[in-house]
Amino acid sequence: MNIRAQMSMLFHLDKCIGCHTCSVACKNLWTDRKGAEYMWWNNVETRPGTGYPTQWENQEHYRGGWEKKNGALDLRLHSRAKGLAKLYYNPALPSLEDYYEPFTFRYQDLFNAPAGDDQPTAIPISLITGEPLEIKTGPNWDDDLSGSNIYARNDPSMEDVPPEIRAQLDELERVVFNYLPRICNHCLNPACVAACPSGAIYKRAEDGIVLVNENKCRAWRMCIAACPYKKVFYNWATGKSEKCILCFPRLETGQAPACAHSCVGRIRYMGVLLYDADKIPEAALVPDSELVAAQRAAILDPFDPQVVSDARASGVREDWIEFAQKSPVYKFLKQWGLALPLHPEFRTMAMMYYIPPLSPVVSLIEDGLVRLDLAPEQHDFELFQRLDAARLPVQYLANLFAAGNEQPVRYSLRKMLAVRLYMRRKSLQQEIDQATLALLTDAGTNPAEAEEIYKLTTLPSLSERFVLPPYHREMTIEAYRDPLTQKGATGLGYLQPPARGE
Amino acid sequence: MNFNTLLFMIFPYVSIAIFIIVTIYRSIFRPFTVSSLSSQLLERRWLYWGSISFHWGVALILTGHLLALLVPQSLVIWNAAPLRLYLLELTALALGIWCLAGLVVLTWRRLSNKRIRVVTTPMDLVIMVLLLASVITGVTIAIVYRFGSYWFTSVFSPYLWSILTLQPQPAIIAPLPWVIQLHMLNFFVLLAVLPFSRLIHILTYPLGYLLRPWQIVVWYRRVTRLDPRV
Repeated sequence: MNIRAQMSMLFHLDKCIGCHTCSVACKNLWTDRKGAEYMWWNNVETRPGTGYPTQWENQEHYRGGWEKKNGALDLRLHSRAKGLAKLYYNPALPSLEDYYEPFTFRYQDLFNAPAGDDQPTAIPISLITGEPLEIKTGPNWDDDLSGSNIYARNDPSMEDVPPEIRAQLDELERVVFNYLPRICNHCLNPACVAACPSGAIYKRAEDGIVLVNENKCRAWRMCIAACPYKKVFYNWATGKSEKCILCFPRLETGQAPACAHSCVGRIRYMGVLLYDADKIPEAALVPDSELVAAQRAAILDPFDPQVVSDARASGVREDWIEFAQKSPVYKFLKQWGLALPLHPEFRTMAMMYYIPPLSPVVSLIEDGLVRLDLAPEQHDFELFQRLDAARLPVQYLANLFAAGNEQPVRYSLRKMLAVRLYMRRKSLQQEIDQATLALLTDAGTNPAEAEEIYKLTTLPSLSERFVLPPYHREMTIEAYRDPLTQKGATGLGYLQPPARGE
Repeated sequence: MNFNTLLFMIFPYVSIAIFIIVTIYRSIFRPFTVSSLSSQLLERRWLYWGSISFHWGVALILTGHLLALLVPQSLVIWNAAPLRLYLLELTALALGIWCLAGLVVLTWRRLSNKRIRVVTTPMDLVIMVLLLASVITGVTIAIVYRFGSYWFTSVFSPYLWSILTLQPQPAIIAPLPWVIQLHMLNFFVLLAVLPFSRLIHILTYPLGYLLRPWQIVVWYRRVTRLDPRV
């Protein structure tokens, strides 16, 4: 029994509008530097699509995450000895072309161009070489381009979706997409940590944030290939690996990470989860179909007295246990069973969770007219009963969030539909008929829970979305220096400039 | 004092002193600057052809030099049969040429690729020249002054041991051809430059990876069990 706390973020995809505000907030705060221009610690992808870097889910190519070998869990990338042998050249490492060559525009040309008959233009130049370049791709080049031959059709998660459904998605009238914001998953079983030859990457025990110690990083760059989500990046200027730090300086001062705080759709929630570190190897080793259940089971119930006393014994702070009980992520994930991890088949036990998106209204084009693809009398009920008619294929969502197992995805979608129907009846008709109540029971919920889900989904305040425990950094610093002498200091910044070595 | 004393008695000690002091200083006080500074992200095609052959070639050849220094007797015994001598010499020469080919590719890549030029520092050019000098003189010696694995043990092993045991005998080097002297001198220059350059990554070769557990968990502050409400 070794209980630890994990700061976890939850993305309610049904609310994401794909505005990229999160990406820009993160970029402005952390990666607006030389060598980091191409990095997007937070990015938003259009799905189905190929993502950033292109086809990052294709582990045949990038060899990220873990795989089962002879009943044990091994890095897909390398064994230890082979890892050392590949230091000189790592074939699984993405190249800059898999991301994109960062660019800006020569804006001065607009002011300095000699007078003439034509408008001056600001030509694009590379942020690496400074020379003119032809922009061929970007970090969200396929934004809203679902249904396209080059992007949507090459989505690795589409591979085992039946051809007739794929053909359907290719019809212009049936084109559908959802957005997928991604940050580092701060996994329980991180492959980047395991792959680092120098031992520079580590997981913080107190809050589970995975960080790179850049003083120990030697640019062997195995972490970049080993991360199945491709969320560790190589700074080409400093020669060090970098990744999302879950805005720990903000968390430590009681603020939500910049991406979450700036979210326009308010899709992000944050809270503490408790887990048993000793149970991680077991949970990561189960067959694909049980991965979601095993990962949920690894998250412990903070209301269970046994868990609370074990957590205390393992050194989890009392107030962190209290905050684990108030965690919105715990509610969505465990109490309501709505949230799912991204690609659990990578077996890193990702700790950022997603609520799968509901589909847009189901419609067909017939004789040049749009009509609903449902019986006219009971539209809602029919979609509820017939999820396969949903425009986003359930199989596809299952490939994204449940290692191909449709059951947890169907449960989650049906529950959300049931809540939606219940609340519609309630606000439009003021009374709930038996059919709607039966619907709730069928979806595994009840009126009280449905109202709670509705409230936390649609009406949460800032403090309900971000339930951030106190970090007590003042006490950490107390161990080696007097806090009063540090009063007024920000505590941020470098002691030495992070300059490239010779 | 003649050049022999200056270059092969005084300079080796200066070089070793610089190597030790600066390496320790940089490792402790400037750890951020220690990195292999990989450029695979920016250019990978030529790196494949250059880096693998250069690194493996140089690593194996250096191991050979080290063995000749540490266990000269075994080398003499191995070379007693001419066939084994030829085999060893041919292998070493092949490795040397392989390594040189890799280094030439890397040099060409560094000078011709725009992206790589952006991340090239003056020190990179210095070590490039020194490494080229080292490998070219080495291959030349292997071809012209046969058989190195035979005479190394009677000339260089005693000389290097005389340096390491603080009883320097630079006179051993004096009668050797200039190419061989240059090869030796170049080594001490490289040793002195190593802690100032990216070559320092050689010393951080991560052998510990073979032994450490997969996961690393760090507490920023262990909570004492005295007061759980803290």
